[in-house]
Amino acid sequence: MAIEVRHVNKSFGATPVLRDVSVDIAAGSLTALLGPSGGGKSTLLRVIAGLEQPDAGTVAIDGVDATRLTPQRRGVGFVFQHYAAFKHLTVFRNVAFGLEVRRRPRDEVRRRVTELLELVHLDQMADRYPNQLSGGQRQRMALARALAVEPKVLLLDEPFGALDAQVRKELRTWLRRLHDQVHVTTVFVTHDQEEAMDVADEIVVLADGEVVQVGRPRDVYDHPATPFVMRFLGPVTTVDGRLVRPHDLHVAAEAWPGSVPVVVTRVASLGFEVRIEARAGDGTEVWAQLTRGQAAELDLRSGNTVHIGVTEVARTPVLS
Amino acid sequence: MTRYGLRAVALIYLLFLLVLPVGLIAWRTFDHGLGPVVTALTSPAAVHAFAVTLSVAFWAVLANTVFGVGTALLLVRGRFPGKRILGALIDLPLAVSPVVVGLALILVYGSYAPAGGWLARHGLQVIFSLPGMVLATVFVSLPLVVRAVVPVLRELGQDQEEAAHTLGATGWQTFARITLPGIRAALGYGVVLCLARALGEYGAVAVVSGRLVGQTQTATLFVEERYQNFDQTASYAVATVLALIAVLILLLTRVLRGRDG
Repeated sequence: MAIEVRHVNKSFGATPVLRDVSVDIAAGSLTALLGPSGGGKSTLLRVIAGLEQPDAGTVAIDGVDATRLTPQRRGVGFVFQHYAAFKHLTVFRNVAFGLEVRRRPRDEVRRRVTELLELVHLDQMADRYPNQLSGGQRQRMALARALAVEPKVLLLDEPFGALDAQVRKELRTWLRRLHDQVHVTTVFVTHDQEEAMDVADEIVVLADGEVVQVGRPRDVYDHPATPFVMRFLGPVTTVDGRLVRPHDLHVAAEAWPGSVPVVVTRVASLGFEVRIEARAGDGTEVWAQLTRGQAAELDLRSGNTVHIGVTEVARTPVLS
Repeated sequence: MTRYGLRAVALIYLLFLLVLPVGLIAWRTFDHGLGPVVTALTSPAAVHAFAVTLSVAFWAVLANTVFGVGTALLLVRGRFPGKRILGALIDLPLAVSPVVVGLALILVYGSYAPAGGWLARHGLQVIFSLPGMVLATVFVSLPLVVRAVVPVLRELGQDQEEAAHTLGATGWQTFARITLPGIRAALGYGVVLCLARALGEYGAVAVVSGRLVGQTQTATLFVEERYQNFDQTASYAVATVLALIAVLILLLTRVLRGRDG
């Protein structure tokens, strides 16, 4: 294991932020710490980096107990949400920083920095200052800077949080590819489940300072441990008192065993899918996602009565 | 109409309060031509007074720079009980009259006080000598560096310092390579303000120095002493030089202000 977190507790004042958190991060993996804001994920990342001291518990990096080590001795690379670019240094000097404080020979620094700037596609920007770069470029610079010291683990705190949607998507695809190239154990914090599912090999779901579930993205999505995880990882709706994914609902004109009659209240065409909203006899609202073909076949309109139920292929466990 | 009226009032106000007095001093300095001015400024007493002023200012600015940055770091980055009280205490010298400061220092460091007596027995005379004058000047200009640096330090945030730590920089490397460049302009501004205050200080220094002509007489004390002794040429000449330095410093702060970020 590259990182072993054992029974970590941390409070800020009287507010507990991490409660008895234990996590294993496999060497070479790309792991997402996923959870709602205030769930403790950033604090956990900072505890791993040594930027926060846990009140109790231990952190081991590469099999060595690092709990009492300062950040400078942990061999971690840390990327901040707001880049933390050294504003008075050029892109080149930013990336060179970790090597310069280690007093590495000048040739080696130059070679390594040039290599990294090529890796993050900033070789043309070496002499610019951070304020002359876009957000995405700054974050790539921050990544190169963290990688320069050849960290044992790379920690990213909401790395795309400050970027706009388009750049965010590009950058996460790019991070995935970079990880396939560099293979350094990487942990990133996000509150965006899509981002976590898209990029990570492994997801750790944190809520209220506790680890709720750990698993591969598909497993977490398909077999959520709690209704909270199910709600957090994707859209949900309730049918007959059961929590289901709206794309796992079957809608038909005729009733079948286990189906529920509902009155359609709204039909919204969203391009590639059709979304219907309906009301059951007991007054509960339900919504379902259908393909355009299915919707056309049923000739759905507001006021129609249709039958709705969970499809047999539904992989989502039904939770109450 | 009211706009022009207001402008006129403001200009007349400044004229009588600022331009006229300072202008007149400069004018009267050269009443008898350049020769007497040069003679007055190069007299041993005047040269000595300037030397004393410069050395007091130098040590006071040095002390306030080092402790000012330290205190600012403590106030912004530190977490400790009594932080708010410390923050309030920093501004105390602005409220206390310099004469009171001088008297207070004599109470602590005078030869008949325990602390002052102990220091005197160990060969360090504080009151009526340079250390006391530096202390008094440090006291009155204490908040200037701290107050200039604190907001910039707060604005800078801790991210860059934390990033430097994770990249393997020691505390000192982080301070020298990241924090200090980040507050450079604000620090310069604070230092220059502190310098201006130190060069112009009169009250506290007058009390603790004993005004020993040719020994502990600073430039401001020289101006007062010459004036009392009807040597107006020397008094005005040194006053004009002090005013000129003040103007230069003012211009310097203009250049330095708001350069960070």
